[in-house]
Amino acid sequence: MSPADAAARAVEAVATRLPGAEVVAFIERSEEHLTRFASSAIHQNVADDAWSARVTAHSDGRTLTLTSGLAGAGDGAAIEALAARVADSLALAPRDPRWAGVAHAAPVPPTQEQAGSTPAERAAAVAAFIEGAGGLSASGYVKSYRSEAGVATSGGQSASMCSAASSVDGIATLDGVDGVSRSRVRTHAELDPHAAGALAAAKARAGKDAIELPPGRYEVILEPAAAVRIVSTLAMYGFNGRLALDGASFVEPGLEQLDPSITLIDDGPAWGVTVDAEGTPKQRQRFVDAGVSVQVAHDRRTAAEAGASSTGHGFGVGMPVAAHLGIEPGPAVGVAGDPTVAGPVARAAAPLLDGVERALLVSDFWYTRVLDPRQVTVTGLTRNGMWLIEDGEVRGAVQNVRFTQSYPGALAPGQVLGVGPVAVTDPDSWSATAHSAPALRLASWNVTGNASG
Amino acid sequence: MIRSGYGREVTEFDTATAAVEAALAAGASYADARLMARGSERMVARNGDIADTTRSTDVGIGVRALVGTSWGFFSTSDLEGGARLAGERAAEIAAASARVPLPSAGMVASEPVQASWSNAVEIDPASVSESDKADVLVGATTAMREHGADVAVGYLTFWDTSKWFVSSEGHRIDQRIREAGGGIEATAVGEGETQRRSYPNSMGGQLGTRGWELVQELDLIGNAPRVAEEARALLTAPECPSGVTDLILDGSQVALQIHESVGHAIELDRILGWEAAYAGRSWLDLAQLGSLRYGSDLMTIAIDPTIEGALGSFGYDDEGTAAAKRLAVDHGTWVGVLAGRDSASVAGLDYAGSVRSDGWRRLPMVRMTNVGLEPGPHTLEEIIAATDDGVYMETNRSWSIDDRRLNFQFGCEVGYEIKNGKKGRMLKNPTYTGIGPRFWQSMDMLSSEVVSWGLANCGKGQPGQVGHTAHPAAPARFHDVRVGVKA
Repeated sequence: MSPADAAARAVEAVATRLPGAEVVAFIERSEEHLTRFASSAIHQNVADDAWSARVTAHSDGRTLTLTSGLAGAGDGAAIEALAARVADSLALAPRDPRWAGVAHAAPVPPTQEQAGSTPAERAAAVAAFIEGAGGLSASGYVKSYRSEAGVATSGGQSASMCSAASSVDGIATLDGVDGVSRSRVRTHAELDPHAAGALAAAKARAGKDAIELPPGRYEVILEPAAAVRIVSTLAMYGFNGRLALDGASFVEPGLEQLDPSITLIDDGPAWGVTVDAEGTPKQRQRFVDAGVSVQVAHDRRTAAEAGASSTGHGFGVGMPVAAHLGIEPGPAVGVAGDPTVAGPVARAAAPLLDGVERALLVSDFWYTRVLDPRQVTVTGLTRNGMWLIEDGEVRGAVQNVRFTQSYPGALAPGQVLGVGPVAVTDPDSWSATAHSAPALRLASWNVTGNASG
Repeated sequence: MIRSGYGREVTEFDTATAAVEAALAAGASYADARLMARGSERMVARNGDIADTTRSTDVGIGVRALVGTSWGFFSTSDLEGGARLAGERAAEIAAASARVPLPSAGMVASEPVQASWSNAVEIDPASVSESDKADVLVGATTAMREHGADVAVGYLTFWDTSKWFVSSEGHRIDQRIREAGGGIEATAVGEGETQRRSYPNSMGGQLGTRGWELVQELDLIGNAPRVAEEARALLTAPECPSGVTDLILDGSQVALQIHESVGHAIELDRILGWEAAYAGRSWLDLAQLGSLRYGSDLMTIAIDPTIEGALGSFGYDDEGTAAAKRLAVDHGTWVGVLAGRDSASVAGLDYAGSVRSDGWRRLPMVRMTNVGLEPGPHTLEEIIAATDDGVYMETNRSWSIDDRRLNFQFGCEVGYEIKNGKKGRMLKNPTYTGIGPRFWQSMDMLSSEVVSWGLANCGKGQPGQVGHTAHPAAPARFHDVRVGVKA
C-alpha cells in the first residue's frame, strides 16, 4: 500500500466513525542515513527507517490531531487504531472556532523516486573528503535523506510525493584553524566530496596568523554558507504568515523593502516537495521580486485569518515557513576560482572580489539568534575562516567576530553591492528544509565584538 | 506487551534481546538496543481560543553495534520482525565504517544491571480532562489580552516515555519517565517593534519530571495580568544603556548561562573533538582537569541526574549507567565532565553516565542531565540591596555563544536599573556579553533561592536531537559586565 493509499484509508476510517467530520491524513516514510567523521575517522554511522501518520479531524466545532508511528504503510491495524482514537477523543477536545476547513481535490504533479545511499557509498565519500583535505584533520558528515509521503482529505484531495537530498558538510583543520565546505544536492552521485575536502583544506591553510579587528562597520562578502543563514532567518521571522498576522514581521507586500538585486523564490517542487501536509499543492513562488515584497507563507489557518489562500506551507506546526526559500543568483560575471587550488575563496564568491577596495570575506556564520523579531536584528559569530580583502586580493586571515545586525537592513535598497552567480543549497542537518543563497557583497555589516570579547 | 509477526506475544525485552543477538550474529563484538514508546500531548491557546491539541504516540527500536573499532546504528519503527533486521543492519553499517576506522574503541566498565525505575508523579496528566487543561490556557490567554497583550499564547506539554534497554553485557533495564510543563507569553506590538514577556520562563515555560501538579503550582492564570502589563510597559521603557556595570541575573537566566557556558563546555565528546564540525569544540583542555580556574569560589556546579522532579533526571542513562551525582566545578575549580562509556575510555577517565538519546530513532550521545549551581549564601533582595549601580535582567530572549563556548551574547526580555540598592525603572532590549571564565570569575554574590529550571529544546548531534535538561540556578551578581550591545 502506498502512503497516499494509507492516508486515504485513514480518512475513510475516521469518516466511518464520525460521519460528516472533516479529516486530513498525512502518512510519511522517511529514511535518514548519515555518516559522521571526526579527526579523519568515522565515529558515528547511523540509519533509520520510520513510518509515521498524522491525522487531524474536525467535527462539531472541535479539532484534534493525533500522530503515531507505524510499522509500515500496510500497518492497517495501527491506522484503524489511530482512527478509533481520533473518533473517541474528538468529543473531548476543546472548541476550535478558527478551524479553516480541509483542502479539496487539486492536481499535484508527480515526482520521481530517488535512491538513497549505502553505508559503503557514504564511507567512500568520507574517504574522498579526507583525501581531498590533503593530510589535514577532517570532520563532518555525508548524508542522504529520502521521504515518500501521501496526503488525503475528506474534501477529495489525494496526493503523493517523493523527495530526496544528499549532503556533504565538513571542515578541515590545521593548527587549530578550521576551513569549511558544504553543499546539498538531489542524489548521492552528484556529491563531490573530494572537492569539498580540498576547499575546506585550502581555507584552513589560509587561516594562519589571523589578526584581530576592532568592532565597527565593515563591507563584507558573505560566501553562500553564511548568506544562506540570512535566508533561513528571513523565512522564519519575516515571510511567516503567523508572525505577519501578529504584527511581528517586517514584511509589507507591495513595498520595495530590499535591494532591487534581491529576488527570493520558494521552490519546494524542485526538491520533490509538491504538496503540503494539509493537501495544498506547492508551487515555485516569488516572495520578493527585485526588492519588492510579494507575499508571506500561509497554511490554511493563517490564510483564513488573513483573508488569503494557503500558499502550501502547512506542515502542522502552526508556523507556516517557506522551507525552500532561496535568493536568486546574479548574472555570471568575473572569473570563477578553482576551489581546489585558489586559496580560501569559494568558487561561488570569487567573482565578487573584483573591484573591492576593502572588505571582509566571511565563510560561515554560527549560532545566530534574533534579538528583535520585527527588525530581524540578529547576533551571531563568524566561523570557519574570515579574511581581509583589499584591492580585490586576499590580504590575510582575520579572527572570528561577533556581529549584531538587522538582516533586512543589510539587504536594504542600495546596500547590496553584488550577488554571486551561483546559489548553493544549505545541507540543514536538522530538518528537510532546503534554503539556498549565492554569495553576497554587502555595503555594511555591524561587528560588535572580537575574539577578546 | 507487543505482538510479533508470528502471532505470539513477546515482551519488549524479548524484542530488544532479539535485536542484540542479531547484531552479535552479524559480527558485532558488542551491541545494545533501546526499545522506546513515547506518548505526548501538546495544547496551545492563542488569544483566548485553543489553537492546537496534538497527541502523539511513537514506538520503535534503535540498535548500536561495534564491529572492530567501528560503530553502527540502525533504528526502525517496525517492531514486527524489524528488530532482528535492525540488529543486522547496525552491524552492517559498523562494518562499512571500517573503511575509515577509529584508531581504537574501548568502553569503561559498566556493571550489568537488571533494574526498573520510574519517577514520582502526584497527578497523572492523562487523568486530567481536556477541558480542565483548556480552561487553564483559555483563562490565562484571555486575561493577558484583557491586560494589554496584542498576542497572548499559552501552552502545556506532557510526555510519558517507557524504554527497555538490553546490552550484550547483560544490562536489562526498564524505565518510565513522565514529564510535564507549561507557560505563557504576552507580546505587545508597537511602532516598528514587538516586546514579549514570558512566565515562568521563555522557551517552553517550566518543565520537570513531574505531573499535573507542576502546572497547578505555576498559577498561569494568576500571573497572566502582570505578564501582559509588563510586555505593554516595555514598549515605552527606555533602552538598556550601553556600558560596563554590575549585572544581576534572575535564576532562569543564570540557568541559561550555565547551560551554554558550562554545560556544553564540559561535554567530553566536544572536548575530544567529536563535535568539531558542528556543535563545536570546548575551550577546556583535559590536561587542566582538576586545576583550571573556571569561576569564583561561589561557583560549585554539580552534574546530578538524581534530583527529584528535575527535567534531566533518570534512573539509568541510555548506556545503562546508574544515575549518580558528580561535581563539575568545585568552588571555582574544574573537576568533572559529562561522559559516556566510549568517550571516557578515550579520555582515560573511569566514569560515564551522561549518554542519552531523544528517542528510539537516534544514537545515544553525551548530553546534559541536570547541571547546576549549588546554593549560595545570599538572597536576591540582599544582592539588589548591596548593589550601588547596575542592571537586573530577567528571562532569556536570545542566546548566542561561539563554538568553543567562550564568547557569548545573551539578551533578556526585561531589565531594571539598580541604583543605590534599589530596583528602579524598567529597561527594554537588555543584552550582555562576555567571555565565559572571566564572567564566572566575576560572580561575587549568589542567592540560595535555587530552582531547577527545565529546558526541553537543547539541540545537538547530526541527525539533530532535542535533549531535556535542567539547571538548578539562583539569582547572582557579576562584576564589570558589558551590557547594552546595540545593532
